[in-house]
Amino acid sequence: MPDYSSQEMMAIMAAREVKNSDIVLAGTGLAMLAAIAAKKITAPEVSIFFESGSFDVPLTQLPLSVADPRVMHGAIRMAGMAESFAIIQNQLTGRRVLSMLGAAQIDIYGNLNSTAIGNWRKPKVRFSGSGGACDIASLTGQFWVVIKLGRQRFVETVDYLTTPGFLDGAGAREKAGLPGGGPAMVITDKACFRFDGTTRKMYLHNYYPGLTPQAVQEEVSFKIDLTRATEAKPPTEHELHILRTQCDPDGVVSGG
Amino acid sequence: MEFNSKNTTAEQTGKLLGLSEAVKRYVHDGDVISFGGFSATQSPMAAVHEIIRQRIGNLHVVGAASGQALDELVGAGCVEGVETAYCGNGKLTSTCIRFRKAVERGEIKMEDYSLYMMTLRFLAGAMGVPFLPTYSALSTDIVKKWTYDEEDRRKNPRLAPQKVIILDNPFNTSGRVDKLVLVPALQPDVTIIHAQKADILGNVQLWGLNFTDVEQAKSSKNLIVTCEEIVETEELRQDPEKNMIVGFLVSAVVEIPWGAYPCSVFGYYDYDPWFFRDFYQEAAKDDSKWQGYLDKYVYGTKDRQEFLELIGMDRLQTLRADETGYNPSLNRR
Repeated sequence: MPDYSSQEMMAIMAAREVKNSDIVLAGTGLAMLAAIAAKKITAPEVSIFFESGSFDVPLTQLPLSVADPRVMHGAIRMAGMAESFAIIQNQLTGRRVLSMLGAAQIDIYGNLNSTAIGNWRKPKVRFSGSGGACDIASLTGQFWVVIKLGRQRFVETVDYLTTPGFLDGAGAREKAGLPGGGPAMVITDKACFRFDGTTRKMYLHNYYPGLTPQAVQEEVSFKIDLTRATEAKPPTEHELHILRTQCDPDGVVSGG
Repeated sequence: MEFNSKNTTAEQTGKLLGLSEAVKRYVHDGDVISFGGFSATQSPMAAVHEIIRQRIGNLHVVGAASGQALDELVGAGCVEGVETAYCGNGKLTSTCIRFRKAVERGEIKMEDYSLYMMTLRFLAGAMGVPFLPTYSALSTDIVKKWTYDEEDRRKNPRLAPQKVIILDNPFNTSGRVDKLVLVPALQPDVTIIHAQKADILGNVQLWGLNFTDVEQAKSSKNLIVTCEEIVETEELRQDPEKNMIVGFLVSAVVEIPWGAYPCSVFGYYDYDPWFFRDFYQEAAKDDSKWQGYLDKYVYGTKDRQEFLELIGMDRLQTLRADETGYNPSLNRR
């Protein structure tokens, strides 16, 4: 079995699920690496764009943010942000968009926090804030979350609800009036999760080689349904080779 | 083709200023101010340093994807309150350090919006309408939690009377829930953007991604443009589709090469990973080192040229862009 880092496994697990017909909107960091891995490994026809306004970029070097000049050269279009967000708000196009986001905390309904830990008025830890994450999760057809597993991250209740998942469960997004489809997958360094179609609760979809469902539960603060889980296939030599040579050749993200 | 622009002089328009004079004239204590760019991309850093040097305070900063510019201003004690969607530099600085400390210590007020909400707030200001609607953020804490409550807002003319208003779509006949979040327009006292090129009339050429620069510029009562190069109007006429801002919108135009460093300027230079990850981070995370940074690099330099000399021309040359608009051989580890 080839040697690989948890960042590499995360990017590959996400990439495997992307289809050629998808339009992918990616945030900064591992989410972006996952989107690029999808394009280079599994779905070469996928169209990638960024909230910063850049569409269909060659991505010869891994950008360090959605505004990096590496998302500008060779793009098919560069627009203002008024245009990039309108494209996802307008459900004629927004519902076709699959987005990938990071976060600091996530709850069982896929609500995300990227604002603050503790009391938001005088927080113990302040983060960068929503950026476009709240908009992207509100408006796109489905969003995936790329986040490391751990009890501090997988929490009963997020300290600040920056980014809407299924809110408090079945029917809540519809009642709130959020047009987007909500969270569909959570990709971590040890396992992937999906959401039940009825209860909208997160359940364990698969766990990585060498782990058990119980070991995954240990790292989640809320009770997870483990009954549907299977063991994921490790990255192949081919997947790792493309990731290392074409997606992040300088190792700026996957190098840890 | 001949255009009759050669007789226009800087004296006639009066817009071509030195940076110190432009800041003195158009940035004041207590202003509502916005900065162009996006985190580590094309932020007007030379102007930010000049504001710090002139010890302008009590600023209310409104931004979209804020980053290095906001962080240095907050760290220097120039800022009272912030309304923005983000304060980081992507993977270079996931959360800006002086901003983070100031919020955690309660030294500044921070009102959170999403990036689309802030974009729409500037767009509404640019359009001259009081608000714009969006479906984003319904039922989130961004809508529910207000740093400035209604009472604060009544007392403070710099703030909109409400953070947001939720409205049922008045055209809705479907029977389904159709709620919208209305976000209030912004018309800052002054906006500062950094551009690739401008002429002495204030016509501005921007390359690459513009983010919300154009909306911010058009919504603002005064607009300072710093640029890498002042060029002849004739040159700008060759590429009118790149000329994003017309001269009559501009209050002052200033030529400042390397004016966004350590941020990138597409077509001119890359961001400086060393500055963000090693040098600045080291200074920003420790209060006494931070004061040392300000004393030496900002207060201790009389202008941009002196700051750049401290950074060193050798260092700057490693960032020079090639035909890709950045430097593909830059060490970013």
